Amino acid sequence: MTFRDFFLRLNVTEECKKYSTPLWQCPQFLFLMMGGLIIVSVVASFAIGRQYIADPQITLLLILALSGVLLSIAFIITRSFEQLAEANRLKTEFISIVSHQLRSPLTNLKWGLDFLMGEGAARNQQETSYFHILKENIGRMHELVNDLLTVSRVEQGTFPFQEKEFELEEVIKQVLVEFQSASHASNIEIKVERKGSPKLYNDPSLVRHALGNLLDNAIRYAWKDGEAVPKEDRRENRIVIRYFPEGQNVRVEVEDNGVGIPAHDQKYIFQKFFRSSNAVRRQTEGSGLGLFIVKSLLEKTGGGIGFHSTEDKGSTFWFTLPLSSKARLSAKAG
Amino acid sequence: MKKILFIEDEAAIHKTLSDALEKEEYEIISALDGEIGLRLAKEKAPDLILLDLVLPKIDGFEVLKSLKANTETERIPVIVLTNLEQMEDIQKAIDLGARTYLVKSNYDLKEVVDKIKKATEEV
Repeated sequence: MTFRDFFLRLNVTEECKKYSTPLWQCPQFLFLMMGGLIIVSVVASFAIGRQYIADPQITLLLILALSGVLLSIAFIITRSFEQLAEANRLKTEFISIVSHQLRSPLTNLKWGLDFLMGEGAARNQQETSYFHILKENIGRMHELVNDLLTVSRVEQGTFPFQEKEFELEEVIKQVLVEFQSASHASNIEIKVERKGSPKLYNDPSLVRHALGNLLDNAIRYAWKDGEAVPKEDRRENRIVIRYFPEGQNVRVEVEDNGVGIPAHDQKYIFQKFFRSSNAVRRQTEGSGLGLFIVKSLLEKTGGGIGFHSTEDKGSTFWFTLPLSSKARLSAKAG
Repeated sequence: MKKILFIEDEAAIHKTLSDALEKEEYEIISALDGEIGLRLAKEKAPDLILLDLVLPKIDGFEVLKSLKANTETERIPVIVLTNLEQMEDIQKAIDLGARTYLVKSNYDLKEVVDKIKKATEEV
C-alpha cells in the first residue's frame, strides 16, 4: 500500500459508501474508533502507571506492551470486518452481473415462444397447454431475475429514484386497474377508503411498486375454503385499501381477510428470501424478495412499513411516506 | 415494402424478431455488429433502424452518434432495443437522437412488433 492509498483510505465517508453497509459496520470507521480507544487506553495506563509504579521504565514498557496488544486486536477485528464487507459487496455485484446475463437468454426464450404461439400457428390442445406452462415458467424466471436486479441495485445504492410531486389517488387508480383481472379471477372485491387527497413528493413508481406488492400478496394469500365446506359457510374474500394523512406522512394500508401469517414467522417477514410456512404449505409461488425490496425502497425515501396479522384471519400491511413540502405547509396552515 | 435495418449481435433475438417482422411484410436488413450496421445504413437507406446498444466492434451509442452526424442517415428514425435499463443509458440514447428506447425483456414479441409498426407508419 502506498502513502497515497493510505491517506485515501482515511476518507471514511467515501470508503464506507463503497461497501453499502451501516457506518458502525464499516471497517474504516471501526478502525478510527479503535484508534481513538487505543489512545484513550494509553493515556489512562500512563496516568495509572505514574501513580502506582515507581520505575518510569517499567511504566513505559507496560504501556508499549498494552498498545501493541490493543493494536493487534484492532487490526484483526477491522480486517475481519473488511473481508466480510468486501465479500458482501462482491456478492451483490455478482448477483447484478448474473441477473443481467440471464436477461438476454430469457428474452430469447420468451420471444421464441411468443413466435410459436402467435396467430396462425397450428397446434393441438396438448401442445397449447405445454406452451402455456413454458410461458408461465419463463415469466416466473423473468420476475425472479428482475427482483434480484432490484435487490442488488438497492444494496449498491444505484436504484434510480425519480422524485416528483404527484397525487396518491392517481397512482392507486393505476394499481387497481393493473390488478383488476387478478382480483376478479380470485373473486375478491377490493374497496378503497380514503381521507383527503394527499400529494406526495417521491417516486411514483416506488408507490406503485409498494402498493402493487402488498395487493399482489393479499390476492395470492386469499383464503381458499376446502371442497367439503358448504357454500353458505364459505368465506368471502375482501381487500380494503385505506389511505389518510398521518402527521407529516401519508399512511397507506392494505387489509385482507386471507390466510394471515403464523406468529412464529412474523419477525422474519421482511428478510431476504424468507417465505412463510403457510405460503410454502399452500404452494403459493414467490421468491421471498418482494417485501424485502419494498421495505428497502421505502426506507431509502424516508418511508416506513409494518403489519399486523393473525393466522387464518388475515393481515393488514401498511406503509408511510412523507407528504410533499407543499402539502405539509397547507396542512399546517389549515 | 418498408425496409428495416436490424443491428443486433444476438443470433436468436435477431432470427425471432426478423421472422416476426417478415410476417408483417417488412424487408429486414441484418447487421451483426456496429461497423456493418453503419455501412448498411448508408448503402441501403432503410426506413427505420433497430439498434442494440451492446455490440461488437462499435457499440450502439457510437453507432447512434455516427448515424446522427451523417447527412445521409441523420433523418432515419432509430429505435433502441436493448436490455440496458439504467436511467443514464436511456437518457444518453435519447440525447443522441434515439426516437424510442425499448428494454427487450420488458415486452412481449407482439408488443415490440406493434411499436415498430407504429413507428414505420409515422415515417
